[in-house]
Amino acid sequence: MRPEHLIIAPIVIPIVAAALLLFFDDKERLLKATVSIVSAIALFAVSVMLVRIADGIGPQDGRVAVYLLGNWPPPFAINLVLDRLSAMMLLLTSALAIPALIFSLGRWQKAGPHFHTLFLLLLMGMNGAFLTGDLFNLFVFFEVMLAASYGLVLHGSGPVRVRAGMHYIAINLIASLLFLIGVALIYGVTGTLNMADLAVRIPQVPDESRMMLEAGAAVLGVAFLVKAGMWPLSFWLPTTYAAAAAPVAAIFAILSKVGVYVILRLTLMFFGGETGASAGFGAQILFYGGIATMIFGALGVLASQALGRLAGYSVLVSSGTLLASIGIEQQGVTAGALLYLASSTLTIGAFFLLIELIERGQNPAANVLAVTMEAYGEGEEDEEEEKVEGVAIPGTLAILGVSFAACGILLAGLPPLSGFIAKFAILTAMLNPDGFGQGGDIPSASWWLVALLILSGLSALIAMTRAGIRSFWAPVDEAVPRVLLTEILPIGALLFLTVAITVQAGPLMRYMQDTAAGLHAPQPYIDGVLGAERATRPEDGEQP
Amino acid sequence: MELILALGIGVLVGSGVWLIARPRTYQVVIGLALLSYAVNLFIFSMGRLSNKSAPVVEPGITPDPALFVDPIPQALVLTAIVIGFATTALFLVVLLVSRGMTGTDHVDGREPER
Repeated sequence: MRPEHLIIAPIVIPIVAAALLLFFDDKERLLKATVSIVSAIALFAVSVMLVRIADGIGPQDGRVAVYLLGNWPPPFAINLVLDRLSAMMLLLTSALAIPALIFSLGRWQKAGPHFHTLFLLLLMGMNGAFLTGDLFNLFVFFEVMLAASYGLVLHGSGPVRVRAGMHYIAINLIASLLFLIGVALIYGVTGTLNMADLAVRIPQVPDESRMMLEAGAAVLGVAFLVKAGMWPLSFWLPTTYAAAAAPVAAIFAILSKVGVYVILRLTLMFFGGETGASAGFGAQILFYGGIATMIFGALGVLASQALGRLAGYSVLVSSGTLLASIGIEQQGVTAGALLYLASSTLTIGAFFLLIELIERGQNPAANVLAVTMEAYGEGEEDEEEEKVEGVAIPGTLAILGVSFAACGILLAGLPPLSGFIAKFAILTAMLNPDGFGQGGDIPSASWWLVALLILSGLSALIAMTRAGIRSFWAPVDEAVPRVLLTEILPIGALLFLTVAITVQAGPLMRYMQDTAAGLHAPQPYIDGVLGAERATRPEDGEQP
Repeated sequence: MELILALGIGVLVGSGVWLIARPRTYQVVIGLALLSYAVNLFIFSMGRLSNKSAPVVEPGITPDPALFVDPIPQALVLTAIVIGFATTALFLVVLLVSRGMTGTDHVDGREPER
């Protein structure tokens, strides 16, 4: 097998495993869990190899590996494209999927039928969306991903989930229709759907058709911004994510990044620096939309009483930061944003898993009670304090508390963990647009983002401290949550990954900078796709 | 033909948007269905409107691109119809579950106070 064939493995592995699981009765949980976890681990291994391939094919430029399905010459038919960005997203997906699946062993896989099948189909849809080089195929993979996510949102059932799921489905169906309208408009103007071919043709579009093209791109953008959760298209997000089961919410942390990924790729490829009359189209909207999302998210984080909603709004803050950073359209800022993407996705995934464990110790009324306690001045708190005095913190609570503190530090972007490194990378790039220590003019827009990055970190810190005190130091009832080892280990693994990002920040930042260079100068990508060699029929006697 | 198609798409979109803005789930489903018809027609129109022409090249004749229709929008519409049907069916199931759990077909799962 030639190494190029690995490119299709991230799509084939989960769909084969998902199909395999359908043969077994839902009672054979151990078998099903084994198959899905093994395939997730295989995905991880493949992603690591793909990252190496993507990083190895060109030392500095953004060259790509292309897989031609059906062996048609590009730009015809469908092709899969591997570059540094898609390889990184694949790795991130599988790194989040394994802990979420292991976490689900404890309780959630029993909560409804076909959990593992849906989960694997979701992975297949996301991996396909990361790899595809074709706009319509992107739609197909998006729909596979969304259809699986509809099922997963409803996993565990209950009126709250069904209601949130219904809103989620309706909004995403409308977004899918917008997606189709946008794709159709772009096809009508340019006559192609291949991304690389589009990047060549967009600068040549005659002026009278340019309006149509930009309208199509804008409609398409709305569809992705709904997924990414840009304000004001994001009101569904915190409710849905808070209602979803913990492992589902954890993997949804990267689902919203799929929208960000597509925006990042398409904006820079279609409307980047050297694309003629349309250059810079949409960047302003992304920037101000991202700023608005950050403000909305930070206020939401401060206002949240329940931990689930707090995490939901943290997703918005993270999306807003990424969108605003993309909107600035500077190579260094993009590199920092990519590191932030990796760090914040892992953090929020771990946080969603952790919330489930913390809330298990509280009875459902505790949150309502906590709110009322605040409203009425917390009258009985003094008595509680005396009773707790001198009691050693149980081991479980200590571990949960440390994990919670780590999540807080990561979300707020305090040293020493990777949240700080990522935000620092964005800030450094913005404040030194001409390279470190070179001075240079800082655009006034950058100051907005600098201020908001710091303020949103502060709001996360305040909210997390408040929630932590309420959950660990002043519990309304003192039941210690029963936590399985398979539930705490995945959280530990995710937090360990953020530590690994911190330790390996140098090589990772180098990778991100190469990725950003490839995104901002997409010519090698375009040449790579359009000049891809068709596979030839193997000579007789030679192994394919 | 252009006018009829444009009017058709316009009426479908108008009805669809109005229905989606209604508070009953069944109306939302019908609105989504109408909207997806409109979008499918729209994709067709993006392949240029032409009458009585084949989507394939006849053998033995040097193809003239002006004489046959663009087959790609037809392939796109086919895919979009299949996906649209599947997702609408799924939404219908969720609607029924919600109706069964909450006893109302309001999109918020409870009747507004009057």
